[in-house]
Amino acid sequence: MKIVIINYGAGNIQSIKFAIKRLGYEAVLSHDEEEIRNADKVIFPGVGEASSAMEMLKSTGLDKVIPTLTQPVLGICLGMQLMCKYCEEGDTKGLNIFDCDVLRFDESEKVPQIGWNQIENLKSDLFKGIKEKEYMYLVHSYYVPMNNEAIATTNYGLKYASALQEKNFYGVQFHPEKSSKAGEQIVRNFLEM
Amino acid sequence: MLTKRIIPCLDIKNGRTVKGVNFVDLRDAGDPVELAEIYANEGADELVFLDITATEQRRKTLVELVMHVAEKVNIPFTVGGGISSVEDVEVLLNSGADKVSINSSAVKNPQLINDLAARFGSQCVVVAIDAKQINGEWMVHLVGGKVPTDIKLFDWAKEVEKRGAGEILFTSMDHDGTKNGFANKALAYLSELVNIPIIASGGAGNMQHFADTFIEGKADAALAASVFHFKEIEIVDLKNELKNQGVAVRL
Repeated sequence: MKIVIINYGAGNIQSIKFAIKRLGYEAVLSHDEEEIRNADKVIFPGVGEASSAMEMLKSTGLDKVIPTLTQPVLGICLGMQLMCKYCEEGDTKGLNIFDCDVLRFDESEKVPQIGWNQIENLKSDLFKGIKEKEYMYLVHSYYVPMNNEAIATTNYGLKYASALQEKNFYGVQFHPEKSSKAGEQIVRNFLEM
Repeated sequence: MLTKRIIPCLDIKNGRTVKGVNFVDLRDAGDPVELAEIYANEGADELVFLDITATEQRRKTLVELVMHVAEKVNIPFTVGGGISSVEDVEVLLNSGADKVSINSSAVKNPQLINDLAARFGSQCVVVAIDAKQINGEWMVHLVGGKVPTDIKLFDWAKEVEKRGAGEILFTSMDHDGTKNGFANKALAYLSELVNIPIIASGGAGNMQHFADTFIEGKADAALAASVFHFKEIEIVDLKNELKNQGVAVRL
């Protein structure tokens, strides 16, 4: 199986690479269109600020490539957010794979949300073997409001979509690669889809 | 519900843990990676590695350590100690660190906080503040609490939040090492003052101290070293006790 982690200069990509390795698979880092298109599974990571990450995607031309991929694609954290229509952070136009906007948490809770919170209302093979209300590690200031593409929800001041799916595209707001054994199970589920 | 975090802190010198640890099941008592794996398996929510190496080689050994930790450990970790530039942070994050903690360098060059937040996002910028009370006023100290400044803790906390810090790690030098509990009054004030998470540090001696810092001190996370390293407190026992007292924890 060929696993590609999209490497466009945004954030911590070693963690997901190592998580995949702990599961017994090898992933390559790449920003090459050909290599990404030929992969069986594509992971689209991202940590950092939306508009600068989007600029980096554009400079490599990957903003045109990602929405046309046909194999399973998993966006993580900012990766998922960039797959949405619009991100309030940096007034950023997204890839429009998921038909939803990404908004900033209001100040009723501390921002960013940092730590372990529960995912529930799980509805996807991505969560095979994962129990309702399992804990995942999250660190983010922006969130996706509830919508039809939600396959998991989390509560932080309000109920929001912590995972999304549209056809072959999956997005998770939490960091499965940093969420202990349950998180690794989610990565495994994605790789073995 | 977002849970309160328990964070063991490992002091590192030349790639090895420095404070003694009392783990009979540890093959190599000085190996931070092995210790980190054990803590992750025991239910630690995060780890902090504080590098106190003072040699020329420090950056290289720290980067190697971060790589090794990222390879083995499936929970988030923060790296601190001697970080003073955007380039320092870039290499650590690229090696697999989730967050970095800056302390004296932020006091000397507050713009660093803005630069790091703009480049990497607030979520990975932890500003560590060491403070102690002088004539009833909490004052920021540098170099592990040795050097006093004329900066007030609460002013500085407000400023680092405004500049883009994602979290504050507050160590009370008055409580650190005493095992008499955390600085809950100052912590509670801090937690109300800013709207970013606060990590309590300094003073952990027993399980009640953790409950107190979450309930009275309104801390979002609590950090400790020796009580964990010497097995005075088991993380799973601590979390069960916290749960019994109504504190949300990941179990």
